[in-house]
Amino acid sequence: MASDDPFLDTGLTRRATLQASAALVALPLAGATATEVGAALPAKPSGQAFDLHTTINGRPMAVEIDTRTSLLDLLRERLALTGAKKGCDHGQCGACTVHVDGQRVASCLTLAAKIDGRRVTTIEGLSDGQTLHPMQQAFIDHDALQCGYCTPGQIMAAVACVAEGNATSRERIREYMSGNICRCGAYVGIVQAIEDAAAKMERKA
Amino acid sequence: MKPFSYARPATPAEAVQAFTAAGAGARYIAGGTTLYDLMKLDIERPRHLIDVTAIQGMDAIETSGDRLRFGALATMSAVAVDPVVARDYPVLAEALWKAASQQLRNMATVGGNLLQRTRCLYFRNGSGNPSSVGAFPCNKRAPGSGCAAIGGLDRGQAVLGQSDACTAVSPGDWPVALTAMDAEVEVVGPAGVRTVPVAALYRLPGDTPHLEFTLAPGEMIVGITVPKTAAGHRSTYHKIRDRESYAFAIASAAVALDMDGDRVSRAHVALGGVATRPWRAPEAERLLVGKRLTPTVALDAGHAAFAQANAGRQNGYKVELGARTVADALTIAAGRTV
Repeated sequence: MASDDPFLDTGLTRRATLQASAALVALPLAGATATEVGAALPAKPSGQAFDLHTTINGRPMAVEIDTRTSLLDLLRERLALTGAKKGCDHGQCGACTVHVDGQRVASCLTLAAKIDGRRVTTIEGLSDGQTLHPMQQAFIDHDALQCGYCTPGQIMAAVACVAEGNATSRERIREYMSGNICRCGAYVGIVQAIEDAAAKMERKA
Repeated sequence: MKPFSYARPATPAEAVQAFTAAGAGARYIAGGTTLYDLMKLDIERPRHLIDVTAIQGMDAIETSGDRLRFGALATMSAVAVDPVVARDYPVLAEALWKAASQQLRNMATVGGNLLQRTRCLYFRNGSGNPSSVGAFPCNKRAPGSGCAAIGGLDRGQAVLGQSDACTAVSPGDWPVALTAMDAEVEVVGPAGVRTVPVAALYRLPGDTPHLEFTLAPGEMIVGITVPKTAAGHRSTYHKIRDRESYAFAIASAAVALDMDGDRVSRAHVALGGVATRPWRAPEAERLLVGKRLTPTVALDAGHAAFAQANAGRQNGYKVELGARTVADALTIAAGRTV
């Protein structure tokens, strides 16, 4: 099938290409290798530059960004962390949810410059090596997804929902997860997964 | 999006200085949930962003004095769960808790939220060539271009305070609650410090709907204060939405009641989702004084609040819905034990 998409023609995935290009120009700080963190794309900012120092998934890094860059675009397009998804890009769908200093935020409405000196956790930083976070496992156990596009945002929001103490009843979970839209309608499984994981996370804590 | 410079001053004075030095196109930014959103839509086009969130101590929540004081940088989520606010002023806590998602409440500040811009569909559908009007005319976005909402799809538009130039609804919940509770904002700007009642922060659209606030260029909100009152205990923010959670109000009411036995001695009533600015309803407040709060009295007060309402083509439902929202809010508040 003819395609305009260069990735299809070369057999490369978009993610693999992003990661490869990221690795070539990595600017990691001490303690992290280029391929571990990914890093800046070669393009110089076309607007005004900002020298960003931040910690993403426990790894400190420095990267020069255009001041217009959103945290979501920084993660996805520069650092090859494509777990956080761009659904609406206007803070309405929750698919881009990540944690900044432990608090859940919409990364699409967060200027990347604002994470200077702060700690970001994305879905890629949630598991303990190959051991899934209890919330990730609970989403699998309860079939809490169909297409999966909203799932990284759902899981990051859900982990924060439990940490905030807002997973104390089904009603409260529904209210405090209302910023995460699931177009497939997997809400029943999502609420069950959060109830299940909340109990396990509290036992662990 | 146009390129912009980005500065992060450490004090309010430095912020004002940076704003003045930057000249045309300077904007303060805090959480950014409105401004950055509108920049993506090419509606806001700042050339210099002055990020005030590095100012230390401006997020303090103080509840021990004779006024509640919220530093402008306190997040909506932090104020909503403050124990004194949650216990003694449910109208304030509920207005925050029912606004936005937890993600946005963690980002948005209580100062910035006062300056949130309208969700009018025609205002937001404005992207296009910067020199052009955009997809639809809008007097708020492109002064003098006209208003597509008047005679257009106006289900969400205001029924109170609109003009021939603009019917856009003031979108906030928190400003409505603060208006009901006689709150004030502390403002710092090039001309010094001043205090402004929240109710005086907003303009009616008139024939200049692009001028929404009474702040002068370079002025920034640094704090919000609310006089302490026992009426806070008998208060609520009642919000009616198209879905149960995470949506803007189609009608809302902030109410607080002082009771003398079973009679109302003083009522605070403000409306959201129905007017072009946070809308105090003195007609309803006067009607309630000295009365027992029966269902009939509550509904009479609701209707009094909307006595001056004017509907367009598709938003007539807001008049009766709004009146009943006030009535329900009064009943909820009166039922709260002190």
